[in-house]
Amino acid sequence: MYEIIEKKVMSETVKLMKIKAPLVAKKAKAGQFIILRIDEKGERIPLTIADYDRKKGTVTVIFMEVGKTTKHLGTLNVGDFLLNFVGPLGQPSDIEKYGTVVMIGGGVGIAPLYPIVRELKQMGNYVISILGARNEKLLMLEKEVEKHSDELYITTDDGSKGDKGFVSDVLQKLIDEGRKIGMVMAIGPVIMMKVVANVTRPYKIKTLVSLNPIMVDGTGMCGGCRVSVGNETKFACVDGPEFDGHKVDYDNLMLRNRRFVCEEEESCKLAGV
Amino acid sequence: MAVRKTKYEMAEQSAKERIKNFNEVPYGYNEKTAIEEAKRCLQCKNRPCVDGCPVEIDIPEFIKHIAEGDIDKAVEILKTKTNLPAVCGRVCPYESQCEGECTLKKIGEPVGIGRLERFLADYERKKGVKIPKKAKPTDKKVAVVGAGPAGLTCAGDLAKMGHSVTVFEALHDPGGVLMYGIPEFRLPKEIVKAEVDYIKKLGVEIKYDIVVGKTITVDELMKDYDAVFIGTGAGLPRWLRIPGENLDGVYSANEYLTRVNMMRAYDFPNYDTPVKIGKIVATFGAGNVAMDCARTSLRLGAEKSYIIYRRSDVEMPARDEEIEHAKEEGVIFHLLTNPVKFTGDDKGILKEVECIKMKLGEPDESGRRRPIPIEGSNFKIQIDTALVAIGQSPNPLVPKTVKGLKIGKWGNIETDEDGRTNIPEIFAGGDIATGAATVILAMGAGKRAARAIDKYLKLKK
Repeated sequence: MYEIIEKKVMSETVKLMKIKAPLVAKKAKAGQFIILRIDEKGERIPLTIADYDRKKGTVTVIFMEVGKTTKHLGTLNVGDFLLNFVGPLGQPSDIEKYGTVVMIGGGVGIAPLYPIVRELKQMGNYVISILGARNEKLLMLEKEVEKHSDELYITTDDGSKGDKGFVSDVLQKLIDEGRKIGMVMAIGPVIMMKVVANVTRPYKIKTLVSLNPIMVDGTGMCGGCRVSVGNETKFACVDGPEFDGHKVDYDNLMLRNRRFVCEEEESCKLAGV
Repeated sequence: MAVRKTKYEMAEQSAKERIKNFNEVPYGYNEKTAIEEAKRCLQCKNRPCVDGCPVEIDIPEFIKHIAEGDIDKAVEILKTKTNLPAVCGRVCPYESQCEGECTLKKIGEPVGIGRLERFLADYERKKGVKIPKKAKPTDKKVAVVGAGPAGLTCAGDLAKMGHSVTVFEALHDPGGVLMYGIPEFRLPKEIVKAEVDYIKKLGVEIKYDIVVGKTITVDELMKDYDAVFIGTGAGLPRWLRIPGENLDGVYSANEYLTRVNMMRAYDFPNYDTPVKIGKIVATFGAGNVAMDCARTSLRLGAEKSYIIYRRSDVEMPARDEEIEHAKEEGVIFHLLTNPVKFTGDDKGILKEVECIKMKLGEPDESGRRRPIPIEGSNFKIQIDTALVAIGQSPNPLVPKTVKGLKIGKWGNIETDEDGRTNIPEIFAGGDIATGAATVILAMGAGKRAARAIDKYLKLKK
């Protein structure tokens, strides 16, 4: 059993939780994820690690309430327990010296981006962060990311904060200005990652994306999370979650992520959430 | 008195009934029938059946005690060699092991050894499981990686030898393939849990949610334990490698069965994990796992459930009993048929599979006749779901993360007969060493490794 020792409401639908899981915290690295199950009848869902504290033995997850399990999770409080919490899973990010890196986070994707921003900065990179969301309310971790960034840009779809527009617009501007970029990383909605990869492709800028497909076991056993990368089938759980953004088949990923939309609705309706 | 030539029947649910539920198919012998069946045994001096058993159960001895009505003694004999009798009594391929060697086969059917084993295990479970005497505690600690058939057997045997054993399991339930792979109707999960409880009562500790290779490495385990046994199985699904395999509607057998069995998707939305199959399901492959997929689909409400297999019926790797059960339940077999392409609708949802007819040529390296495509014989089958059940490879997670461990060409851990690897304190067995095989072979490997580990620990002093 894994205790929730801190809970923070980030926005109406986004919550942060610190979970006591010393073994996971001990090994967690930026870019990895965990799988949790709330109770005996629960499903196993993957969440990317937003932070960790090895001394306190805690792992931070930030999640948007989109389905039955995340909505249920959002109703839990400090002192409640999760039945299962396993990790760290997947490959950690390559924390290298790239020179200038552009770190792009969209919506709840900002959460997993944050520790990578921090580590790339510590590694001595010049970090330009671009955070985007539908509106101001859905933006998160702005201050934390800013602290570890040399430049920070904000965009919102409705212009309620920062520039009105998309993260990819800022990226395009940076490229047009002739900034020399060693690596671009994008974490967020699949469509955002697809657009970012399309922006950098003509310039052959190394672009990494972190994928979050449907998973069951998270250890390479079921292949539910398979994605097509450069026409090869990869398992996001063990080969990823980060992949070469120029090679990912985003349309197939979007399709596979919609596999259980009807069942999810049914499940939510039944649970009254 | 002449010996009866056929096994006593084991009552089972009718095919018509059972495809509407997930309950176990056979009901098992009652005591009276078990005693009658046991009396068929000739008590051969040379014990050919024992030679056919990977875990060396003293078969004629336990059968003798059943025949004499001393069921408790029979249980005791059985359990000196197997820690998981209720599992073996259900999923072992007896026909090619113990029963395959039975002298009675010369005049008719062999003794129903599997049925008798199952009877004993069920008898004991109902009565209350007795914990056998254990050896005096040693001060040695062994870590077992993976709570599947190999790991549980190894752990149970080591505990009986007096060692302190901790099992590290990645998933949230014990049993490995017994839990996620084999369906409820063939191996009820309550029975797996009861067998695991027995292992725990022997003193074995099981830790869940620990992915060895990620949460903790084997190298780290070696600091705290005197020896490590790796039994992480063949958890990597193989694919057909044909176009359209990533469409919505194509599952690996592992994903499908894990959702249904371990996550209980058959009880969705009472349980949260969904599975959807539509009306027509095609399973590719013809092994036991394929039969499990095809039969599960009928129970989930599929109107048609196909087995699509590139060779002919004689090459099907599944046990005869599984194939029989599948046929009785209405599974339709498309043999000498190979898929070449999956096609989806405009939304990318699986709609049909294009297949090609095959004929058999000369035997290949497996000794089976090689299937050859018949040019121009392509045809299409409408399907809603495709289940790929053409085998699994060893899961690379653990082997890849142990420094200096010798890995074979299929990604398997290389071991000798007794599970020794090239690193003295590391042992391995089951599918991770041999590639995908059977539950009982994994148990046999766990058993031999336990003996080798015990020997190693005694010398290590």
